[in-house]
Amino acid sequence: MKTEEMILNMGPQHPSTHGVLRLELVLDGEVVHDVKPHIGYLHRCMEKHSEAMTYPQVVPYTDRMDYLASMYNNFGYVGAVEKLMDIKVPERVEYIRVIMGELQRIASHLVALGTFGLDLGAFTPFLYLFRDREKILDLFEHTCGARLLYNYMWVGGLSHDIHPDFVRKTKEFIDYFRPTIVELNNLLTFNKIFIERTANIGVCPAKEAINLGLSGPNLRGSGVKFDLRKDDTYSIYNRFDFEIPVGEGRVGTVGDCWDRYYVRVQEVEQSLRIIEQAIDQIPDGDVKSEIPRRVKPPVGTVYHRVEAPKGELGYFIISDGSLNPARVKVRAPSFVSLSAIGQMAKGYLVADVVAILGSLDIVLGEIDR
Amino acid sequence: MQNYLIEIFGSEIVAYILATVPVLAFIVLFVLFAVWLERKVSAHMQDRLGPMRVGWHGVLQTLADFLKLLQKEDIIATANDKALFNIAPYVVFVTTLATFTMLPFTSIFIGSNADVGIFFVLAFSGAVVAGILMAGWASNNKYSLYGSLRSAAQIVSYEIPTALVVLTMIMLYGTMSLGEITIAQTSHFWNWGIFGGPELGLAKILLVPFMFVAFIILFISTLAESNRTPFDLPESESELVAGFNTEYSGIKFSMFFLSEFANMFLIGSILVIFFFGGYNSPFGYLGNLLGIEWLIPIEQLLWFLGKGMFFVFVDMWLRWTLPRVRVDQLMTICWKYLIPYAFFNLLIVGLILLI
Amino acid sequence: MIKNYFKNTWEGLYTILIGMKITWKHLFVPSVTLQYPEERAKLPERARNRLFLNYNDCIGCMQCAAACPVNCIEIETVKGIPTDMPDPTSKGQKKALWVTKFDIDEGKCCFCQLCVAPCPTEAIYMTDIYEYSEFDRDNLVYNFASLTKEEVQQKQDNFDKFQAEKEAQKLEAAKAKAEADAKKAAEEKAKLEVKPSNDEKKED
Repeated sequence: MKTEEMILNMGPQHPSTHGVLRLELVLDGEVVHDVKPHIGYLHRCMEKHSEAMTYPQVVPYTDRMDYLASMYNNFGYVGAVEKLMDIKVPERVEYIRVIMGELQRIASHLVALGTFGLDLGAFTPFLYLFRDREKILDLFEHTCGARLLYNYMWVGGLSHDIHPDFVRKTKEFIDYFRPTIVELNNLLTFNKIFIERTANIGVCPAKEAINLGLSGPNLRGSGVKFDLRKDDTYSIYNRFDFEIPVGEGRVGTVGDCWDRYYVRVQEVEQSLRIIEQAIDQIPDGDVKSEIPRRVKPPVGTVYHRVEAPKGELGYFIISDGSLNPARVKVRAPSFVSLSAIGQMAKGYLVADVVAILGSLDIVLGEIDR
Repeated sequence: MQNYLIEIFGSEIVAYILATVPVLAFIVLFVLFAVWLERKVSAHMQDRLGPMRVGWHGVLQTLADFLKLLQKEDIIATANDKALFNIAPYVVFVTTLATFTMLPFTSIFIGSNADVGIFFVLAFSGAVVAGILMAGWASNNKYSLYGSLRSAAQIVSYEIPTALVVLTMIMLYGTMSLGEITIAQTSHFWNWGIFGGPELGLAKILLVPFMFVAFIILFISTLAESNRTPFDLPESESELVAGFNTEYSGIKFSMFFLSEFANMFLIGSILVIFFFGGYNSPFGYLGNLLGIEWLIPIEQLLWFLGKGMFFVFVDMWLRWTLPRVRVDQLMTICWKYLIPYAFFNLLIVGLILLI
Repeated sequence: MIKNYFKNTWEGLYTILIGMKITWKHLFVPSVTLQYPEERAKLPERARNRLFLNYNDCIGCMQCAAACPVNCIEIETVKGIPTDMPDPTSKGQKKALWVTKFDIDEGKCCFCQLCVAPCPTEAIYMTDIYEYSEFDRDNLVYNFASLTKEEVQQKQDNFDKFQAEKEAQKLEAAKAKAEADAKKAAEEKAKLEVKPSNDEKKED
């Protein structure tokens, strides 16, 4: 039967576009022929703003890019500036940064897993995961006073030393949190309906994932074992023992939505392992001793990339030797992930577009910047 | 009931109107309660508290919400088909209400103890499709259209397993009248449908597992007919915004809401009538024990509502546990799983009954 | 194929029952939420909420305003005069400036706490007040300077006067100096004038 194609606008006011994103779907009945993402609804000129700011003043702006993983945005940025200025930060700072970064990775993945379930109509796991995320945010609030936008990592150090209670509370959290992953797996991950909804959907083979430039859990979901923490190690990640989970096609094809989802579940467990190793080894020291009075890097450029929860987060900074950066360019992982949706969603149903979008775990703050 | 009213008022019309009033009042009160219950159940399942402000634990919250909905502006977009758009919610509500006439609430209150009882219920719950299609088409919104077409496909498909199981049960009871089906299960709970019906013997023991299968199939397919999660595709929030009622606001929206919750009770009571003895008490009546005759209908009403509410609760429980199925999987479940199972069940139950 | 069919049916029902068991258990778990206006979460000691300035401790160095990435702090200062100097801070640091205006626009503030670290007297800090919504955006601008308009004017006048006096003194001094210089020059000149005469005399 010959039918006309229909164009359906999804968003920017739509329950499951994860922020203000507009998807233009070209449909034949319920079958998707083409997806065109329209972005820019959340553009805040972050990169241009940075040119008028001093180096420490850019840190609060990086918070607001991927607002679900602010700690890691700080981590990447200060890493870049420290590389540019050739600062060696104290051991204690490195350990605290890694612990904070991994806690943030768990928090970010919890939102990703929860909203993915929500996109498929499962409301309850979403709230369970948010409840646990709140506990991580409590730890952050205890340390630096903010729950979402921390401005915690400064060039050369940290804004606050950890609270004396922090180590105990983190250990309590780990003990509390392990069983809830099992609960999540029982409630959602291995639910038949959930598997049916996600297995063999939005398949992205390894080769295509590399061609598209995907990174992070989306790349690993396609079976590519690539993690910057191991493969281009930064900070002190080479001291810890952890595994890189990859998609195995356990219930469907390698690189489907379920694989991307399950890689995140496993990464949460690996992050817990890293925290457990790091939390006992925090050396004594002063977290502010290396903070320069005036951050004035020499003339030059730097590219520093870190394994943010969403994928490879890169900062490219040009310094002209003044107090303000001449250019800050961010390589945002969500931006690349979103660009893949056109190829991934072709031939699936409308309901699958929502699932694929959820499995890519995009944050519009990072895409539009 | 009707005869009694006709005798008093001498006019059939007045009698029928009077017989409808308690049902209508019941639906409205039930929906007010069920919405509150849904919010409470979902909240406690998610480690929350839910509404707590209006009245004791927020019992009056839905009343407040209802008053708010009444006050809201009735928005009709310029591109809507006004006549259809205005009629649709009432068509949906009236068809749902009509099915309630066949329910035996107690041994003395049945809207109509017609011989075609269950047939009437099936026919009218199928007619809801007309209203939903009208709503979707008249809204002139692509999401609404998707929602209503999905709904049409879904309800029509799931009529088949429902009808097959109903056929099985009609074979067992030998009648289509809901009142008589209930009477057949009187006196002891082992006379209930789920335990193989009223007749004792080898057949009864053989029937139990198949009755259980029949119950599961009927439960799933009626759940799908009432558009509840995991089969809430017509309104699937994360895909279609709100499905066929995207464009509705105010009182018309609440009409859809009313009929959705009324439908939940309807499917619960159909299950109760077929498998759990309708209004019959499993343990005998307090009224008999005390020798107070007027207590019995009240007890019966409480049993009926209690059993019905239990299934409403199970619906909610499922809703807050499961993700939603996809539209093609919905059809797969119906055509590839429920219908074959229902057919074999029908065949085997038929053979057992022949023995 | 047939085996798969029954396996699917079984898995579907079984996993649904597992999920239902979990939600059933949670039905009896106490709530983790707070009934907000009645119950409030205890904020940690490092909580970062509304900014506050201890005006008496502010020395008007403007470091906070410079550190702010969103320019939500506006400071104006007037130099104190020796006869009318501001009192020293609570820790005894001397102040040289009258802070005539210290406005924080909480509507702009991004709670980054960058302004707190550079303050030499720890005058600006973040409090645990988080309920301060307003109907008018202008009400979110907090004025911390406690000087009245007249006082500010007075300080300004004082300073202007002082400056003018200083100017005048300077001018006088300059004048005096100029006069002295002129005198000196004249004397020199005279001397010079005398000298040639002497020379002339010598020549003579």
